[in-house]
Amino acid sequence: MSPLTSTASIMTEALWGWPPPVLDPAGPYAESVTVLSWALFAMGLFVTAIVVAALWVALKGPARLKAKIGGEKVVGIGGIAFPAVVLTGLLIWGLTLTASLTKPITGEEMRIRVTGEMWWFRVEYLGPSGDVLFEDANEVHIPVGQPVVFELTSADVIHSFWVPNLSGKKDMIPGRTTLLRVEADRAGRFGGVCAEYCGGPHALMGFVAVAHEREEWSEWLTSRTAPRDGTGAAGRGRELFMESGCAACHRVAGTEAGGRAGPDLTHIGSRLTLGAGILPNHRGTLIGWIGDSQSIKPGNRMPSYDQLPAEDLHALAAWLEQQK
Amino acid sequence: MGSGRQARSSGKWRPAGLAAWAVIGALLVACKPPAETRRTPEGGAEARGLALIENAGCGACHEIPGVTWPKGRLGPSLAGFDDVGLIAGALPNRPGTLAAFIRNAPSIKPGSTMPPMPLSESQAADVAAYLYGLDHD
Repeated sequence: MSPLTSTASIMTEALWGWPPPVLDPAGPYAESVTVLSWALFAMGLFVTAIVVAALWVALKGPARLKAKIGGEKVVGIGGIAFPAVVLTGLLIWGLTLTASLTKPITGEEMRIRVTGEMWWFRVEYLGPSGDVLFEDANEVHIPVGQPVVFELTSADVIHSFWVPNLSGKKDMIPGRTTLLRVEADRAGRFGGVCAEYCGGPHALMGFVAVAHEREEWSEWLTSRTAPRDGTGAAGRGRELFMESGCAACHRVAGTEAGGRAGPDLTHIGSRLTLGAGILPNHRGTLIGWIGDSQSIKPGNRMPSYDQLPAEDLHALAAWLEQQK
Repeated sequence: MGSGRQARSSGKWRPAGLAAWAVIGALLVACKPPAETRRTPEGGAEARGLALIENAGCGACHEIPGVTWPKGRLGPSLAGFDDVGLIAGALPNRPGTLAAFIRNAPSIKPGSTMPPMPLSESQAADVAAYLYGLDHD
């Protein structure tokens, strides 16, 4: 895996990558939907071919064949019996195949609460009793081969949570919690997007779903739950973060920065993307985002800090990079 | 129909047809001289350069023709970069200097807002090649 995620790759690959992520299932919940889609598509193609062939016979075919498709018998078989049998069969098969999608949630599954906000995703990993273990943003990490339940909600307008490789879409509705069960059967990074128009920069609201193999998963979990000194090298960058207003909206655990309005930046240094799944994360894009996020994602709630001189932008970015 | 085809292939139409094509061709060629840049990079470098620019997210700070999004304005627009006199208003606009600046701007121009970029030397050269293909016309 490359350390860089390309500009907009999370967004574009989630929608336009090859093979198309909607047809490239990486888990059982996406798999059943993909199989059903192909079967319905094949059946539709088959029926269309018969209809076109019959039409050709009716318009241009020899009289002998015309007479054959003109009788009541053909209408009875082709128009009533065939669709009744085929559609009933497909309905039963389809419902059986996708029964797992609506399987009741046992409560034993790992839970992650994802809150859609204009225009990013707040992510909270929940303990067995529903308490928040730790917080992150615009990135969800899950173990391979284990069902995970997402508690989806919204802080403002209706958003929709969609990782095409893993599952169908599920709306995030203010005042309600919707549940979505997801499972990955291979490790990888999968692009996710907001799939419900939610205002201005909706098209720039994405996230990454990362599925880890077992050992990698426990390592990742340890890195998130380990106590933090939270400082990195103190100095100009940290001072600037606290004094320039960053800390009013952003939280960095282990420091006095406790803002809740914007994404949690406790682990910004190890995050794959910036700006909610839209930019690769390195020094250059960090500076670009801090200094002029409004040109990159017009209308987003973070002002462009274009009053900061070059050395301050460098110091801030350097400090943020240390927050792994 | 059959006789018409025969008449054509018998050669009666050939000279006139050729002349017409020659005139059309000459007119098309004369429309506009080929774009000239001061440097012609070797084949493939420009395409690789554009891919690298998109991967690295240069657009976060720069407007770059060929990159539809983002068009950041923290740094200068790189439209028509081929005709720019000085890199960052300070350094001679030469391929070697440009590649070095792209890779590690602060080491060449202290105080630059542009940080070192995660690119190898040959990658930086490809990015430079793409920028030199950006003409005003």
